[in-house]
Amino acid sequence: MYISNTKQEKEEMLSAIGVKDFSELISSIPEEFLNPKISLPKALSEIEIYKKMRDLSDKNTVIKSFVGAGVYDHYTPSALKAIISRGEFLTAYTPYQAEASQGLLQTIYEYQSSMCALYEMDCSNASMYDGSTAFAEAVKACLRISGKKKILYSQGIDNRYIEVTRTYLADNKEFVFEMIPLKDGKLDITAAEKMMDSSTACIAVSNPNYFGVIEDIEAIGKKAAEKKILSICISDPFSLGILKTPGSCGFDFAVGEGQSLGLPMSYGGPYLGIFTSKKEYIRQMPGRICGLTKDKDGKRGFVLTLQAREQHIRRDKAASNICSNQALCALATTIYCSLLGPDGLKEACLINNSLAVKAAKELSKIKGVKLKYNQPFFNEFVIDLPLPASEIRRKVSSSFHIDPGLDLGHMGKEFENSLLVCLTETKDENDISLLKKAIEESI
Amino acid sequence: MNDIMKFDNELSIEKSRSGKRGIRFNCPSCETNIPNNFTRKSEPKLPELSEFDTVRHFTRLSKFNFSVDTHFYPLGSCTMKYNPRINEETSSFEGFTSLHPLSLDENAQGTLEIIYDAQNRLCELCGMDDATLWPVAGAHGEYTGILIAKKYFSVKGEGRDEIIVPDSAHGTNPATASMAGFKTVNIQSSPDGRLDLDVLKKNLTPRTAVIMLTVPNTLGIFEKNIKKICELAHANGSLVYMDGANLNALIGLVKPGDFGIDIMHLNMHKTFSTPHGGGGPGAGGILVKRILSPHLPKPRVEKKEGKYFLNENVPLSIGRIKAYLCNTQVLLRAYAYILNHGPEEFKSIAENAILNANYIKASLEKLYPSYSKEYCMHECVLTPSKELQEKGIKTLDIAKRLLDYGFHAPTVYFPLIVHEAIMIEPTETESKETLDSFISTMTKIHSEAMENPEMLKQAPHTMPVKRLDEVLAARQPNIKW
Amino acid sequence: MKPEELKYTKTHEWIKIDGDVATVGVSDHAQHEMGDIVFVDLPKVGAKLEKGKQACVVESVKSAFDIYSPVSGEVSEVNNKLSEDPALLNQSPIDNGWIYKMKVSNADVSDLMDFKAYQEFIKTEVH
Repeated sequence: MYISNTKQEKEEMLSAIGVKDFSELISSIPEEFLNPKISLPKALSEIEIYKKMRDLSDKNTVIKSFVGAGVYDHYTPSALKAIISRGEFLTAYTPYQAEASQGLLQTIYEYQSSMCALYEMDCSNASMYDGSTAFAEAVKACLRISGKKKILYSQGIDNRYIEVTRTYLADNKEFVFEMIPLKDGKLDITAAEKMMDSSTACIAVSNPNYFGVIEDIEAIGKKAAEKKILSICISDPFSLGILKTPGSCGFDFAVGEGQSLGLPMSYGGPYLGIFTSKKEYIRQMPGRICGLTKDKDGKRGFVLTLQAREQHIRRDKAASNICSNQALCALATTIYCSLLGPDGLKEACLINNSLAVKAAKELSKIKGVKLKYNQPFFNEFVIDLPLPASEIRRKVSSSFHIDPGLDLGHMGKEFENSLLVCLTETKDENDISLLKKAIEESI
Repeated sequence: MNDIMKFDNELSIEKSRSGKRGIRFNCPSCETNIPNNFTRKSEPKLPELSEFDTVRHFTRLSKFNFSVDTHFYPLGSCTMKYNPRINEETSSFEGFTSLHPLSLDENAQGTLEIIYDAQNRLCELCGMDDATLWPVAGAHGEYTGILIAKKYFSVKGEGRDEIIVPDSAHGTNPATASMAGFKTVNIQSSPDGRLDLDVLKKNLTPRTAVIMLTVPNTLGIFEKNIKKICELAHANGSLVYMDGANLNALIGLVKPGDFGIDIMHLNMHKTFSTPHGGGGPGAGGILVKRILSPHLPKPRVEKKEGKYFLNENVPLSIGRIKAYLCNTQVLLRAYAYILNHGPEEFKSIAENAILNANYIKASLEKLYPSYSKEYCMHECVLTPSKELQEKGIKTLDIAKRLLDYGFHAPTVYFPLIVHEAIMIEPTETESKETLDSFISTMTKIHSEAMENPEMLKQAPHTMPVKRLDEVLAARQPNIKW
Repeated sequence: MKPEELKYTKTHEWIKIDGDVATVGVSDHAQHEMGDIVFVDLPKVGAKLEKGKQACVVESVKSAFDIYSPVSGEVSEVNNKLSEDPALLNQSPIDNGWIYKMKVSNADVSDLMDFKAYQEFIKTEVH
């Protein structure tokens, strides 16, 4: 319990209010609802909580994991953890009182700037819940702007993102989703071109795609622009330390999952939805935006701006009902970008890529195992196994204490034996040998 | 705000010096397979700083900021209570943080058990039957809840397309309704802020899918007729949604499920003490009655033969609302908080929240008349007195002056139905001492306003910046370096 | 244009009809009430507007205002200067701050107010 007042203080307060008994204060609540029976265990002390939480955390298996698929086991720098656990950031509220929140507002401005720099886009909002909801909001923006109903999306987009977008469109049958197939793991641009027509609201791709393959986003962006169709690119922000940017390829919107910039995986969150756009769509961006301005004396300062788009003003006409951002996660990624800088991020990307290249080479040496696609990849790749991948994954996990990658059976029959393997800077060459051995012995 | 440190707002990019670096990696071989035409052509404009530069930069920024740890934050409707540190420590155990969301169920038994148990406890606490903890914010939960209602009617083959929202509601309610494809029917509250039963009856039609209510309402007043409202709705075949933003007033005291509520959301970052983090991340669970269970978002956390697992096969579900489960680390904090409370302790949260709010209301009512004459629940809505208004003092001036005295401003200009509203929610964790100091400051501001109104209109005077030009910011948006 | 030459709606738009072209803006009284305008979301040229239905949105810092079309017709021109400089709507709501022109045929303006009636209307609206 975290209540500070003593019994005596409470009595003083009641008498200051002018009532004899607390029950007078709640006389507007009908009797019949008061004092319900609540069957809950009794309260634990702090030590007991600590022990119980420790026991529960021990029930999870801390394991060497090669699973990626949109959430990555990157290293979180110590300085980052130290800064975001400061009470001044951790326990602050939304910076509505700008004069009393300049520090936080500046971090949001720096966040927006860092994301624009990574994606080479004009504008970024102050962040959204996660990559999938940022993507859904981008699709909705395209539907609003174009007034059209067809959404073309690449098979290389994480299917969960598409499911979330369907949910965000409230299952409205007016809108049509059409999937552009992959060809040898890469978007089939010829097919895409044929599918673009006058009813198309937008085309959406992912780079790298769900299977780790690097897409030719320049060609895709160009095609969309030629056909005057709005375009959305989902990009892993970490990979933009080295990969081609959505902005340079002319995409109208670029979104991403910010978890890869130093946030722990934590079984789903909190993560960070990165949402960026071209300048002309600034007022179509959902959520908060921080802007630079001047105070009465002409001194530089920061405020939340363009608020007339938001739910607290527009109510049922707002673009979105979002009324928060993932401020602390946005701060974490801003710190991450500051600690690594452009060179550090590029270096980290190279390590990821070279470890993945090495692992792909080693794993393909195992009898009956081969790379599924013959394409350049970033930090993950798909291998085909001689047995169902889910079986091998369970075996490797229980016998070797290694999670060897994600079994892709959920993607369809042709993926039943496919395993998506991810390498990041948290692994080394020795880990690759262990992984190879574990898979070898489990086949 | 801070005497020791001079405020400078130099950006990290302005402090950048070429060649500086915070963290380095040892590159083993660095053999890559990325063709040149797939790489970026210019390097991103990110700052180049040492680790020490970075730590100092952000630590300094943290100082030019109000927070619950450092300041009283009487923000109405936001429930800025103390954020216990045991929640922070235990949610950061490696067993929790290192878990990939696509882990095999057998490797995630601890976290799955917590989610399962938290769902059950929250249902028991609120008198509801089933729950999902996937939503990551109140608004996200609201949307989930309304989609559940939509699915319920579509499975029943009913094309209801209207949602009734009172004019005192949070802006998210109508925004959520329209996002889900419903038409919002705004209805006027009666002068005491309660729903007018006659107005409600007139607006309940075969098209009404849901009534969205905030209990207690945004004026901090309990909806006396709640049972009748639910009965009317149910007789009409409609559902009742409760916005749980104000649950801190009810927790342990009553069970919303007993009123007849069908769907409600919870804000972990309000009632269950998880930190706001400067505007997020939060977590917002949804609780429902049994009839709505089949429509909860997927996957479902289930238990079979003592083992927990994620069930993806939920045919009548509204679908997925986020790619990967939930804001788990936020839920872990809320769970630690729940463990710290039994039935009696929960009840004392509501009791002390109500006591604190009434104490402030009673102490300030003479200078800042309350909108409602009744006792309030966990928050009260005050207004500047007539003599203040005659001096031309606006609520904003009072809010800004409070900052000079080291108090965060209350929620202002909300609810919209109250002119110049000052909405104060002290929460149960604040001491009488703090409340007294706030009361005497508000009293002092009142006399300042009477003596020197101009000074108030220029407030704040001691913050790192003076009032900011919001018109300039919106006309010429400068949102990145 | 002089304010006396215009017709007004109860939602504070003004309209001036010249043959089959109508020019629409917001009244001086309305711009004053709105405060500093920061953005005008102009309608699209070619859009068909209906009398009394939303034509576009004008934003101030803390509010957004719907602008309703005083008559039905098709948008023929918009005041692009407002995108660059929304303050024009405050400085000169009638001459430089007009919002859009539309093609109309037989526009019915009999229910709209003249300047004098509008001035009276404003007085009754003050709360």
